[in-house]
Amino acid sequence: MCTVCGCSDGNVKIEGHHHDHDHHHDHEHHDHVHHDGQDIHFGQGPAHAHVTGLSQSRMVQIEQDILGKNDQYAMINRSRFKAESLFALNLVSSPGSGKTTLLTETIQRLKGSRPIAVIEGDQQTANDADRIRATGVSAVQVNTGKGCHLDAHMVGHALDNLASETLAGGYLFIENVGNLVCPAAFDLGEAHKVAILSVTEGEDKPLKYPDMFHAADLMILNKTDLLPHLDFDVEQCIAYARQVNPEIQVIQLSARSGEGMDEWTQWLADKRRQMLESHIAQLEAQTSHFRDLL
Amino acid sequence: MHEMSIAEGIVQVLENEAAQQNYQRVKRVWLEIGPLAAIETESLVFCFDAVTKNTLAEGAELVILPTQGLAFCMQCTQTVPIKQRYDACVNCGSYQLQVTQGDEMRIKELEVD
Repeated sequence: MCTVCGCSDGNVKIEGHHHDHDHHHDHEHHDHVHHDGQDIHFGQGPAHAHVTGLSQSRMVQIEQDILGKNDQYAMINRSRFKAESLFALNLVSSPGSGKTTLLTETIQRLKGSRPIAVIEGDQQTANDADRIRATGVSAVQVNTGKGCHLDAHMVGHALDNLASETLAGGYLFIENVGNLVCPAAFDLGEAHKVAILSVTEGEDKPLKYPDMFHAADLMILNKTDLLPHLDFDVEQCIAYARQVNPEIQVIQLSARSGEGMDEWTQWLADKRRQMLESHIAQLEAQTSHFRDLL
Repeated sequence: MHEMSIAEGIVQVLENEAAQQNYQRVKRVWLEIGPLAAIETESLVFCFDAVTKNTLAEGAELVILPTQGLAFCMQCTQTVPIKQRYDACVNCGSYQLQVTQGDEMRIKELEVD
């Protein structure tokens, strides 16, 4: 990509083709752009050491992750979840995949076994939080306004409103903004990202949105009750998902008919238990280490 | 869309560093953005120009240092180049790849006054 005129031969592709430059780059490249035959290397020219005519300028090496701030907040959330042994999931999908229905049905099945709370992310309205509250569990709606994703800072604030100490050992479902792109990059402190794909969407979504399916530990194929009416190829879809993420687990279910819901609630129970067991093992190792130091 | 948040994140880092590194103005920022970082650099440059208005980085130039995507193939135990997350191993065609490089999103260096 040319940082002078902003034109790109980088990631933008239109129907699979890279766009070609049909205009000439006759502007002068800055002196930090180093031409080597056909290749252009940025940041390797003399400007790296000094900048001509700008004697007061200096270079500062900082080496910081751009998402470092978000990751710090995520770490704080993660330690808060850990302190209460709260099993947190980040549910991601396109709009309309049936996340909220899946959640209300899941809550009906888990209610009474463990405490449950929900953080709902949407651009606008409190409709989804209202639907969750109707099931009798507490929910906080986060409206991102212009934002296209939840970030760890928003989730921390939502957590303040949930009295997390009453949720010890329970489940926290974070329903992200319906968007298969941006939420992939933002760690919220969750134990797992769960990508929900409904069979009305097309089996190649994992290839179209590879970052999300790469970030997820579990893919839920929802609305399987509609499969007889569709051309959706389940095996192909799972193969695509494994192509971007060989480790991804898959559960097929229909929140509406209830088919496959037991497998999902079992997955939740198993993973929650595994999380607790690993906390216990960690604490025991620490305890024995301290005992040795007595 | 999240390029806007990323651009705001960059400005935040620049502002936090300003006191520590003792600078008043940022003129150029070198970023390392991997091909698997889910960042559209063109859009990031656009957003950066917008969010730096009235900040210490107003008018600053973003320079993107491209990195190569690399993955470890669990089938043939080689480190191989990849361009996308769904690429197959160039040696053996397997999809059992573990990304080892290319999802960076890092501020490397600044030119400041």
